[in-house]
Amino acid sequence: MSKDDQAKPATARTDADRRRFFGDVIRGVSALACIGLPLGLLAKRSAARPAEAIRPPGAGAEDDFLAACVRYGLCVRDCPYDTLRLAHVEEPVAAGTPFFIARDVPCEMCEDIPCVAACPTGALSKELTKIDDARMGTAVIVGHETCLNYQGLRCDVCYRICPLIGEAITLERQANLRTGKHALFIPVVHSDKCTGCGKCEKACVLEEAAIKVLPTKIATGELGAHYRWGWVEKQKAGKSLLNRDILDLPDRRPGGGS
Amino acid sequence: MAVTKVIGGDAIKRKGWLKANKWLILRRITQFAILGLFLTGPLFGVWIVKGNLTSSLTFDLLPLSDPFVLLQGLFARHWPETTALIGATIVLAGYLIVGGRAYCAFVCPINLVTDAAALVHRRLGLKKGWQPKRATRFYVLAMVMATALVSGTLAYELLNPVTIVHRGLVFGMGWAWGAVVAIFLFDVFVAMHGWCGHLCPMGAFYGLLGEVSLVRARADDRANCNDCLDCFAICPEPQVITPALRGEKTGHGPVITSGACTNCGRCIDVCSENVFRFGLRFDGTVEPVIKEGATS
Repeated sequence: MSKDDQAKPATARTDADRRRFFGDVIRGVSALACIGLPLGLLAKRSAARPAEAIRPPGAGAEDDFLAACVRYGLCVRDCPYDTLRLAHVEEPVAAGTPFFIARDVPCEMCEDIPCVAACPTGALSKELTKIDDARMGTAVIVGHETCLNYQGLRCDVCYRICPLIGEAITLERQANLRTGKHALFIPVVHSDKCTGCGKCEKACVLEEAAIKVLPTKIATGELGAHYRWGWVEKQKAGKSLLNRDILDLPDRRPGGGS
Repeated sequence: MAVTKVIGGDAIKRKGWLKANKWLILRRITQFAILGLFLTGPLFGVWIVKGNLTSSLTFDLLPLSDPFVLLQGLFARHWPETTALIGATIVLAGYLIVGGRAYCAFVCPINLVTDAAALVHRRLGLKKGWQPKRATRFYVLAMVMATALVSGTLAYELLNPVTIVHRGLVFGMGWAWGAVVAIFLFDVFVAMHGWCGHLCPMGAFYGLLGEVSLVRARADDRANCNDCLDCFAICPEPQVITPALRGEKTGHGPVITSGACTNCGRCIDVCSENVFRFGLRFDGTVEPVIKEGATS
């Protein structure tokens, strides 16, 4: 035990004591800044979650999720399919937080959403009552050059395994220009329906899945806020919004001149 | 280099081995029992307690949450659901009764590591090593909350060895063993009682509760003290003993009032003169103290 730890009578405090006290405080605070700053950096880095690590249903934006989740793992315990697990310290997902890798074990979309029911902090929002409303991510066909259906084969596995068959993934028929006489059945993901459960990614027959669940923003892209689709606006208005009187393009004819 | 005198040797002679290790044995039983409650589910499918030390649900009924982690969440600007608030309130109330840092001595899994380190340290007769101020942990605590506030996440939970190791034991260790090894080596070779005694912000937090908690170790029969110093040698926070044991001169009552005391009860064990016992902070057995030191 050092002498500093022994209580001194209050009257013995002198200017020297006071000076030493402030010196100690400054030294302590500086030393801790050396810990705090790297810790802050670590926190920032951990917020950058790899795209293949998917949060459970009801998780909000990553920042909100990391503030809310206390990492106690009841969502993991109550997951009947052992889909969810807690990140180990050495993994690139924030230590102790729940996630799943769709290609390993996808979300089975339980109707009673036990993971959300188990969460005590609201990190998984109780506002999610219908699992079809979950948005864990959005599936996207990333392998146009490898997807069997894109080559004209009838694999259709992602389409058939989808819990929202015919809604979240549809098969759109196109002409097969390679053969000139067959059809392509192109799987198309509809982001307004896709829950990001990852069953399609798990089921994809390729060595590396051609369809992957990604964070929605990465998967779908995002339109500039000022953009308007002309045909949508036309439908909303019930008529063409072009004013023919104002819009008068020059008539060009062969032979020069206008 | 080896220590010639066995700490608590006199107590073993006077009281018998069992009585001279009573609180140590009770403490180990408690630590392993609590760990066992968490592990029966994952190991044997018998679910008594689900979750981990951060937050848990017992018999699908009783929620318990760690107020230290919850406080970080509040600093990260997240208001938790009622379940977590109730759980944290129960835990707070519990430690306000049994002593704040009773958490450290009876529950925390890292205590097993640092106690082992302290034992090895004593047996090897090593020097104390780096000894930062005991108050350093409060700066660390402040830093933890500041980091949560600035980053908006539970930043310290990325490093907190207590929650990492306990979560590891229940959910799979991964590299969490690294934290165990690091703390053991640190406490043996870098700083005696380094982690729990000087740095751990979780201990600091529970220590704040200990400042007002009900159950305290007391040196009621301090008149019997034969200055063998065994209690000081065994105590992980020896500075807390002085005011109570030697307090007759300074007008301090026999209650160990410092929140840093972990209520581990080892002082009771190793004392051959039965100076110490557990009691309440407020009960009326404080003998009138002659304040002779006040004027000099």
